Amino acid sequence: MTARGHQLPPTRRPVLPTGGREAGSPGILRKKLRFWGLLVALIFLCIGFSLAAPGFATILNMQTIANRSAVPLVLAVGMTFILIHGSIDLSMEGIMGVSSLTFAMTILNSRTDLDFGLFAIVLATLTGAGFGAINGLVVTRLRVPSFMVTLGVWSFSWGVAMLLSGGRPPLIRDQMWRSFGLGKTVGIPNLVVVALVCLAVGYVLQAYTRFGRYSFVIGGGEDLARLSGVPVDKYKVLVFVFSGFLAGLASVMEAARIGVGHSSIGLDQMFATITAVVIGGTPLSGGQGGVIQSAIGVLTLAVLANGMIFIGVSPYLQKAVQGAIVIIAVVGATWHLQERLRVVK
Amino acid sequence: MMEAVLRIDHLDKSFPGVQALDDVSINVGANEVVGLVGENGAGKSTLLKLIAGIDQADSGHINVRGREVSLHSVAAANDAGIGMVFQEQSLLPNVSVAENILLGHEKEAIRFGFYDWPKLNQLAAVQLGKLDAKIPPDAQTDTLSFVERQLVEFAKVLAIEERTHHEPLILLDEPTSVLEGEELETVLDQIERLREHASLIFVSHRLDEVLRVSDRIYVMTNGRCVAERDPKQCELAELQQLMLGQALGAEYDRKVTAHAVTEAATVRLSVRELRRQGCYDAVSFDIHVGEVLGIAGVEGSGREVLCRTLFGAEGVDGGEILLDGQLMCFGGCDEAVQAGIGYVPAERRTEGIIGGLSVKENMTLAHLEEVLLGPFLDLKREKEVASHWVERLQIRTPSAETPATNLSGGNQQKVVLSKWLMAKNLKILIMDHPMRGLDVGAKAEIFVLIRELAQSGIGIILIADTLDELIALSNTIIVMRDGYISQRFTVSETSPTRLQILEHMV
Repeated sequence: MTARGHQLPPTRRPVLPTGGREAGSPGILRKKLRFWGLLVALIFLCIGFSLAAPGFATILNMQTIANRSAVPLVLAVGMTFILIHGSIDLSMEGIMGVSSLTFAMTILNSRTDLDFGLFAIVLATLTGAGFGAINGLVVTRLRVPSFMVTLGVWSFSWGVAMLLSGGRPPLIRDQMWRSFGLGKTVGIPNLVVVALVCLAVGYVLQAYTRFGRYSFVIGGGEDLARLSGVPVDKYKVLVFVFSGFLAGLASVMEAARIGVGHSSIGLDQMFATITAVVIGGTPLSGGQGGVIQSAIGVLTLAVLANGMIFIGVSPYLQKAVQGAIVIIAVVGATWHLQERLRVVK
Repeated sequence: MMEAVLRIDHLDKSFPGVQALDDVSINVGANEVVGLVGENGAGKSTLLKLIAGIDQADSGHINVRGREVSLHSVAAANDAGIGMVFQEQSLLPNVSVAENILLGHEKEAIRFGFYDWPKLNQLAAVQLGKLDAKIPPDAQTDTLSFVERQLVEFAKVLAIEERTHHEPLILLDEPTSVLEGEELETVLDQIERLREHASLIFVSHRLDEVLRVSDRIYVMTNGRCVAERDPKQCELAELQQLMLGQALGAEYDRKVTAHAVTEAATVRLSVRELRRQGCYDAVSFDIHVGEVLGIAGVEGSGREVLCRTLFGAEGVDGGEILLDGQLMCFGGCDEAVQAGIGYVPAERRTEGIIGGLSVKENMTLAHLEEVLLGPFLDLKREKEVASHWVERLQIRTPSAETPATNLSGGNQQKVVLSKWLMAKNLKILIMDHPMRGLDVGAKAEIFVLIRELAQSGIGIILIADTLDELIALSNTIIVMRDGYISQRFTVSETSPTRLQILEHMV
């Protein structure tokens, strides 16, 4: 191996033993345990529902679950990066509203005379990215916490969406997109394929690019990142743009599926997304986590929701169960910190 | 023979990958001050944590006043009469001194659910009185100086006495590490006073202090307790030798290792009449290839801000900075890093390493371009680069994948160094207190590294913890006072004395 970087004169001291023990360090071990623990929990959940309800373990139901997970998964990929950054994005639902209307009003539809075809998708996702850019720029330039900024943009974009909608949600008349949204490729729903592509892209970004690595660095210590010469503001804006872009894409998927652009198309998606990401093991404190874990979190929630219908739990109670689960998951994730003495700052 | 307040027998404790304590047995007598010394990672902190109830031992026995106890929590240790004073102060800044002292034990001062303020203040005053400290109990804690807050910490631990009806055992984890001069004396005097009310275990990296205040000294290396010494019959050098297994201090001797910088060497960094409103003015100096420039000065002399300016973290109001003859105008740290400047910050834990990330990730984060293949990270290359630096700087870590937080202070500092060294274009390295909080062994290694770096052609700007370090390492020393350069020394055959430098600092 050739030495990289600065050449130092050869060392004169003997190499000290580094105690090359095999055992992983506690941090790594805990992360692995968490990951496999969640996977095992998911499998047990599936087995439990299969035994309780015969209709659960059918191909058709698996497709239903996968379909139900598609849109949340796309959102969760964006949210994962946001949380790794140590930020939060509460604007997704509003952005989805605007983007879905942008899409539905620029493709062949019942309200306008426009028909941009494929370009409508580009417009919709760019709209999402644009609102994401607003999030990012206000956070970095005006130094407002992301919680407040995205809360504001949520409300703002929702308002814009309602203006666009004008009480008459546009119906999508483009049959090709309708059939794409509802169709399957070799048994896998098309939307699921799109979501899996997003997940793959997310994973590559996370593990193999500067964008991903800097997300962890900034979430782990923003001051340090700045002092190490990381262009923090640039990457912060980028991560919000990325999240907004995915919210736009998710809204297009949802609109293609239900055939209408609607200001409330993202209703309840945000809570479910944050829940899934946190259950997966990406804490709100930043610097840790990953998209694969979030995907498992999304699946867990989808299986739970679906399974509860099968065993006859009231839909109202399902909401309560989801809330309880997020609290339990967070308690579980921070359990190892309970006994340690935390320095009061 | 005094009755042992604390007796520890055959304590073992291991963490994944490391045996932190190996068959440790010590005892502490009544009103005795026991010093605990050892390198970083020798197990001192682990031992203190076990005694304080923060961590639990794998095996072994702990006896307090002849009774075996199980210290399963901090509260249990408190009940046994054991209290710890932490290195980072643990007081709430936004409440009063009295509330801090009695935090969690205000019972007596509460009537029908309401605070009885006079009573609370009076109870706190009793504790402060034991220390003869003239701190008003009703003062808000963040208005106190660092030393005063340290005394409040002591008072807080002393309050254990009233609750357990025994004089407490107090664990002091480097209470003096950030103190100098008069403040240091105040705290050391207080330790003498504490002795009248308590037994103490005192951990410090400053061996002279340990020799001064302790009645007995235990030396630890690699998780074992290797020696017990009477400070009256023991010298500093012997302690160092016990800690390291070899004599040390040679690196402070310039004659042994100093390298000369020839006058003809090229100028790396040139600073001309640099000015920052309210911080410093008319600062000019040159750094040649391979030169170590030491900056002396008290806090507020402008030297920290100057360093941050050179790194692009602060703006300038006048003057110019030339790097290799090129005029620089940094809009931010990222531009400075691109230009080949590195910065080793004083706050290692918060600004130096990201604890949750691995050693490898910490190393490459400033210069990811070194391991980039097109738009993608070359993880194999990254691993190679990281293992190269782990080996080159002899970083003691199970692997490059280990979270950086698991490393000892000295090894973390080496990770910070390698972060900058891996850049091919590194020209200037600014080191802000690079040896803060390191033990003698780690210090010596960093010493040698700094010299090697300079020899390899990097210009180094150094702010050191002590003047001794500064004199030992620098080729040139500039002294700053009130934002101006008050004196320059060239260190060659004859070094300036500490006094000479000090004269120009204040």
